[in-house]
Amino acid sequence: MNEFAKGFIEWFNGSDTSLQAWLGIPDIPVSDDAVSVTGSIFKAIFAVALVLGIMGGCLYTVLLERKTAAWAQGRVGPCRTTMPLIAAIPVVGKVLTYCGFIQPLADGGKLFLRQEPLPEHVNKFYYCLAPCLALAPAIITLVMMPFTSYISPETGKETALMLCNMNPGFVFIMAVSSLGVYGVVLGGWASNSKYPFLGSIRGSAQLISYELSMVLSLLPVVLLTSGNPDANPLSLFSIVQEQNNLWNIILAPLSAIIFFVALMAEMNRQPFDMPESETDTVGGFHTEYGTFKFGLFFTGEYLHMILGSTLFTLFFLGGWHAFPFLPTLGLDGVWATLLGIVCMLVKIIFLLFVIIWIRWTVPRFRFDQVMRVGWKLLLPFAIANFIAYLIGIGVYDSLLK
Amino acid sequence: MATQNYKVIPRKPLRWWEKLYIPQVIAGMKITLGIMLRKPVTLKYPEERPTIPKGYRGIPTLVKDQNGREKCVSCQLCEFVCPPKAIRVTPGEIDPNAPDAEVIEKAPKAFEINMLRCIYCGMCQEVCPEEAIWLQNEYSLNGYSRDSLVHDKEKLYELGGTLPDKHLKWKKKAEAQAHGPAH
Amino acid sequence: MSEEQPNLVTINIDGKDYQVAAKQNLVEAAKSVGIEIPHYCYHPKLEMAGTCRMCLVEIGMPMRDRAMGAPVLNEDGSPKIGWMPKPAIACGTSVSPNLHMKTKSPMVQTSRASVTEFLLANHPLDCPICDQAGECTLQAFSADYGNGKSRYRDAKNVKPRNKSVGPRVLINNERCILCRRCVRFCREILKRPILGPIQRGSMTQIDCYPGQELDGNYSMNVVDICPVGALTSKDFRFKMRVWFLKQTKSICTESSVGVNTTVWSREGKIYRITPRRNDSVNDTWMSDSGRMIYKTVDDENRLTGTRRGESSVDFDEAIDAARALLSAGKPAFVASGKMSLEEQWALKTLAASFGGDVYLTQTLAENDGFLISEDRTPNRRGALVSGLVKDFESASVAKLGAAIDAGEVKTVFVCGEDLLEQGLDAKQLKKVDIIYLGTHKNATSEEATVVLSGRTVFEKSGSFVNQQFRLQRFDAAIPGIAGTHNELDVIAALAARTITDASVETIWLSMNKDCAALAGLEFASIPADGVLLDASPWAKLAFPETGSLLYKPAGK
Repeated sequence: MNEFAKGFIEWFNGSDTSLQAWLGIPDIPVSDDAVSVTGSIFKAIFAVALVLGIMGGCLYTVLLERKTAAWAQGRVGPCRTTMPLIAAIPVVGKVLTYCGFIQPLADGGKLFLRQEPLPEHVNKFYYCLAPCLALAPAIITLVMMPFTSYISPETGKETALMLCNMNPGFVFIMAVSSLGVYGVVLGGWASNSKYPFLGSIRGSAQLISYELSMVLSLLPVVLLTSGNPDANPLSLFSIVQEQNNLWNIILAPLSAIIFFVALMAEMNRQPFDMPESETDTVGGFHTEYGTFKFGLFFTGEYLHMILGSTLFTLFFLGGWHAFPFLPTLGLDGVWATLLGIVCMLVKIIFLLFVIIWIRWTVPRFRFDQVMRVGWKLLLPFAIANFIAYLIGIGVYDSLLK
Repeated sequence: MATQNYKVIPRKPLRWWEKLYIPQVIAGMKITLGIMLRKPVTLKYPEERPTIPKGYRGIPTLVKDQNGREKCVSCQLCEFVCPPKAIRVTPGEIDPNAPDAEVIEKAPKAFEINMLRCIYCGMCQEVCPEEAIWLQNEYSLNGYSRDSLVHDKEKLYELGGTLPDKHLKWKKKAEAQAHGPAH
Repeated sequence: MSEEQPNLVTINIDGKDYQVAAKQNLVEAAKSVGIEIPHYCYHPKLEMAGTCRMCLVEIGMPMRDRAMGAPVLNEDGSPKIGWMPKPAIACGTSVSPNLHMKTKSPMVQTSRASVTEFLLANHPLDCPICDQAGECTLQAFSADYGNGKSRYRDAKNVKPRNKSVGPRVLINNERCILCRRCVRFCREILKRPILGPIQRGSMTQIDCYPGQELDGNYSMNVVDICPVGALTSKDFRFKMRVWFLKQTKSICTESSVGVNTTVWSREGKIYRITPRRNDSVNDTWMSDSGRMIYKTVDDENRLTGTRRGESSVDFDEAIDAARALLSAGKPAFVASGKMSLEEQWALKTLAASFGGDVYLTQTLAENDGFLISEDRTPNRRGALVSGLVKDFESASVAKLGAAIDAGEVKTVFVCGEDLLEQGLDAKQLKKVDIIYLGTHKNATSEEATVVLSGRTVFEKSGSFVNQQFRLQRFDAAIPGIAGTHNELDVIAALAARTITDASVETIWLSMNKDCAALAGLEFASIPADGVLLDASPWAKLAFPETGSLLYKPAGK
């Protein structure tokens, strides 16, 4: 039993003590178990904070969406919701109100306080399960996300701020995030109603179609990373580390474009929002959902947006590096770590803005167009791109090096 | 068979970069970005009020002339012309003790405009021979009951106020009466 | 033109030949072929005056060679017309064969515009407060033939306004265009010169001669004939604009003359009654008292709802009570000349089904020699036509009194009449149960066991037979006021077994078969001026009428 527990904890920790090191907690050399358990407690706290932070981020992404939509339509957007205490602050209160700072809380509160309907005609079990399935895989992928790194001034060793630096992190994220399609499929099927059904059928076809191009477009990145014999090419941490000079968006621009487009499709974002498409299938797969269960779907969508932006940042925009060739602006230690977080956030928010911006610019594709773009355009390009990089890197490695 | 006097212009085939769709998306995004950087066109309504353009057709009201006399003589042309039949006039004789009773003769006994029916077309103002009914700048009209939105004569004068009159037809008539036969 | 019929002549209007009746003036002739010649002073029932000059037209005759008498021809062979150098008044010119007339030429148009301009020079801009607006010929012709703007710069003339010339008529002399129709009406129709022009030139006014007043029962006809708003009715003053009013053809119920009327109503309310032209009955005239009959619709004496004993009951309960009384035996039915022909026939059917005698009331008063006859009911002859009574003698109400005294009658069904006025006394009424069907309260309705509320002539359709045995139709102007029922429905409900459908049209189908005088007639196709029925079956009966405007009883 003890052996099993130890094994489990070590697996969870991935045998590294990055967080402990970052927080400056020395190893307590009492026993191997104790060390791991302390680290685990911190990791648990970090995990909870991460989930809460990301969920809060979702709420404010909604605000960003509403504000951007308003600006794109010449409106002001949410600018009235306020709270007694905040409104009392002299200038800041007014500014926060005008920015709609409290609006997400009101939105969430509304969804939470509504009466919870359960339609008669649905399959109750799967109907309730679907929103959870839409949200859970997205949260699970957080485990493998590095957010910044800590370079020890003494040893120069770089450790990642992440829950688990597992070697095949890339494969794990791809595998788990594609489980999100079950939320769509189950939600549509369990609703026992035609519009949700149509929405989910279309959604699942789209999600599966773009999965291929997405993974294929990332293989060149893996190839580029594998040039360094010390790096683990399937670890996200290593992929970011490899970009401290040149970002992958410069080295593999076509991959970046294909990945971005496929990402949009995987997030069900306009112009690829086949599962929802209010104009033709009412509300798509979540037509029959209301209040908190709808809220879960809704949060799941924005969570996917945040994760997608994070992945694009990690794979192509150099992660927490500030500029190409100047990853830390000469800072080191904790300051470099904080700079990393700021850079990461700036890039993610910028990407979120671009995604929302595209939504309020581009009209929706027709379903046949979605299929054509996925299979006839993106997939051949992705394969050709991969083969080109395969040959190019092979030639570079064997002849020029 | 009808003559076909139209010409079919073939659509230009797309160039390869146009087929990529991405340049078009970027062009569209430029447009939306331009709009985002512009000032919003909407107003934060109750605090900010729009400037009312000249000739705006707000709620119809009855006005009095500069002497405080009601202009309406209840000719009922507005009632006749009103497309949604919102106006209801009960004609009557003016109070015989009023100073100008002899030259005015007629005044509405009751005047109702049902604002639930009114479509703000301004036909009543256009048709009024006495320039007594005017659509004013007020547009925000609300009430707690249906009855409160049926404006009676008193309310219409309260909303209408005074509108100076250039002609003062009745004054001319009274002067002519005082002057006696002209020829 | 050789085929010309003796009573027709061919005239040429605006280059087109028309055949028109002889011995009429050009206004009437043009009207008969659908061409309007505007006029103010001319009135078909008054003598020609030629004061307004609005009807000016160009007139000409084919030229003839003075020496030879042969027609002068144009170069193309058509007869050359000798046009009179100046326009002539159409109302004062009679038709003659081959007369040529231009009604659209520039000279005619200029004449009309100039006449209109003169008339409007001193006419006040009163239309918003003028009761005539909407039916004012000056308004209409100014729009059609006027210049559309004024060149007059001086102050308008001031004349007396709103002067009372009679108990029911006001005059506004500023609006007057001095056509003198009212003057001629008093002189020719009333035979009493009451109104006349006073002063001279632009100060000419219409007023009563000293010591006179426009009184009498026909004063309001001057309001109708006044082409402008100078003479207005005190009753209709400022009540409603005429363009809102719905016009319904009706018949005056004042007497057996059966004056044709138009009822003007809006949204279930009657505002006025005016005469309707019928050259066989009333020309274009009507009594003032007949115009006021509309006030009985919402009179305070009006019966609404149904009553049994002292309590108000619903319609079905009252009908059941009435049926029970009638079925109890020994019923009698009192009909009235105020009932329509259809109601009289239905009552006949009802009386037959319950097996009771029918009595017919009589309301007599003095004949005014013009449009009010002795018989003050509109349809007493209808009782003969419908077969309700054989003759008036055998159905007199005096016989009902005798029958009541003899105990032969237990229940009396009274249609809208007061039996006390008809000669019965209160004791006799107490002896019987009374079922009253009528529009207004009276002593009989107060005594009645069952009271059913009926409708006035304005609230239902039907027909009357007047003193000439002329069948005339009236239509419902307004819906019946709440709580009243059409008499036909009431009688049909009482006679449920014999009358199944109480609509006027269905009743007429039965009446066609039942009444010889009505054979071949249809209710819907009774013309606006009525149908003269064959009165020969009743030629020997004595009628009280001694004659009125267009009626002279045979043998008198």
